[in-house]
Amino acid sequence: MAIIEVDGLVKRYGDRTVVDGVSFAVEPGEIFGILGPNGAGKTTTVECVEGLRTPDGGAVQVCGINPRHDTGELRQLLGAQLQESELPDKLTVREALELFSSFYREPADWRELVDTLRLDDKLGTQFRRLSGGQKQRLSIALALVGNPRVAVLDELTTGLDPQARRDTWDLIEDVRDRGVTILLVTHFMEEAERLCDRLAVIDSGRLVALDTPAGLVARIDDRQRIRFRPSAPLDHALLTALPEVTLVERAGNQLVVTGTGNLLLAVTTVLARNQVVAADLRVEQTSLEDAFVALTGRPVEA
Amino acid sequence: MSTLSRLTVTETRLFFREPMIVFFALAFPPILLAIFGAIPSFREPDQSLGGLRVIDLYVPIVVAMSLAMFALNSLSQLFASYREKGVLRRMRTTPVKPAMMLGAQLLMSTILSVLTMAVVLAVGRLAFDVRLPGQPAAYLLGYLLAALAMFAIGLLVASLAPSGKSATAVGTVLFFPIVFFAGLWLPRDNMNDVLRTISDLTPLGAGVQALQDATAGHWPQPLHLAVMLGWTIVAGGLAARYFRWE
Repeated sequence: MAIIEVDGLVKRYGDRTVVDGVSFAVEPGEIFGILGPNGAGKTTTVECVEGLRTPDGGAVQVCGINPRHDTGELRQLLGAQLQESELPDKLTVREALELFSSFYREPADWRELVDTLRLDDKLGTQFRRLSGGQKQRLSIALALVGNPRVAVLDELTTGLDPQARRDTWDLIEDVRDRGVTILLVTHFMEEAERLCDRLAVIDSGRLVALDTPAGLVARIDDRQRIRFRPSAPLDHALLTALPEVTLVERAGNQLVVTGTGNLLLAVTTVLARNQVVAADLRVEQTSLEDAFVALTGRPVEA
Repeated sequence: MSTLSRLTVTETRLFFREPMIVFFALAFPPILLAIFGAIPSFREPDQSLGGLRVIDLYVPIVVAMSLAMFALNSLSQLFASYREKGVLRRMRTTPVKPAMMLGAQLLMSTILSVLTMAVVLAVGRLAFDVRLPGQPAAYLLGYLLAALAMFAIGLLVASLAPSGKSATAVGTVLFFPIVFFAGLWLPRDNMNDVLRTISDLTPLGAGVQALQDATAGHWPQPLHLAVMLGWTIVAGGLAARYFRWE
């Protein structure tokens, strides 16, 4: 049974429809991603799940609860990390954790969270003195301190340096391994590809695709591209004769071979037979980024 | 410990980490009273004041001023900046209702301002022999109504101001006329009829008169109670109407 169900969600601001009939269901224990360009309606969608906004149409259920009707119970079951939300400047890490854990019926042990999030040496530090990464980790700790069944994380790693981003990803996988279902909002392809079991791609308020990252990529096509520098001149016709090859191009001293299926094996076999060595060989596969462009007609960062 | 008391304790800790706000809200009123008391002529009984001394008039004025400081300096600025920074929004995702945050702030402001009032009364009594309220129940009633009216105005400022900084600016602009009509520069007894009539209709003009009446052993006049209640209802209603958690 799904732990989060969103069915035909509609949300308007004035006469602008920001979310237009989005439906998806998140299974327990999943890391479910909502991916889309800025302004696509991702945050509004999760705000309806969090009960912060009232939908104009459709239905939302979290753990069998309607977020608008039983808000009190929802707050116990759902932990949220919001985009751009801060704490009072002079509140210390310890005070924030003690305060927030006092809000919940069965709080998690915040000391353990602090260890996992490597904030243990920052307990006495005031919020304003934390680095961006530390603030983000505290924000994750506060989202988890109530022992939630569902954690909603909005633009989790925005503004973090690459190392902090990777650390955060590891952490999210740990959290999932503890049995917390995670709804992740992101516009980072790499993050979606690395973390999410399934992805909902949203563009201009509509759901354009719902699949695993690999499924989304496969949906586009299985075209591959091989680049290499041949050690000796090679007749292109030898390659174009292969059924796997659709196109052979020359780019400077490199050859670019485009094709499908087991392209690499086919090409290297021909090369070996002709005693040509392929230097600087690279295989390029369709990435989630390509899939996104194909689905929405534009790059995600636009 | 209940959530409300834990929030109040946390808010109070944060309050004491802001030295400027602490100084103006807690220390400044007794210091100001001490300075007024140091002026010799303020300690002379004045026939035109019915035998009272100027320092006698200033005790309720300083008490009222400290309420204005809490409401227009600390409360409005704190709340507007919490909203600006998304603290209130963050709270909304927890089991704590944001109204509880408001409750904690009001509770803290009330406790601390009652404390300041007690210190001001004590300084007046011990240093300058100002009599304590003859009618303590009436004094407390007047004080509470004045506090309610001022906190409602402070929350209205917090509701309308787009940011913590603008709340501070608006609060400061409102502070001066409000304490002027409370009599900070010219005690009500020295005001002309026009000024005093206006003062009667302001929250702290009415408040100061109610405190002064209670000090003299009388119950406050219905007009002043009604004025304070009116400000509470109108400002509080508007604050509730325009309040935004984010």
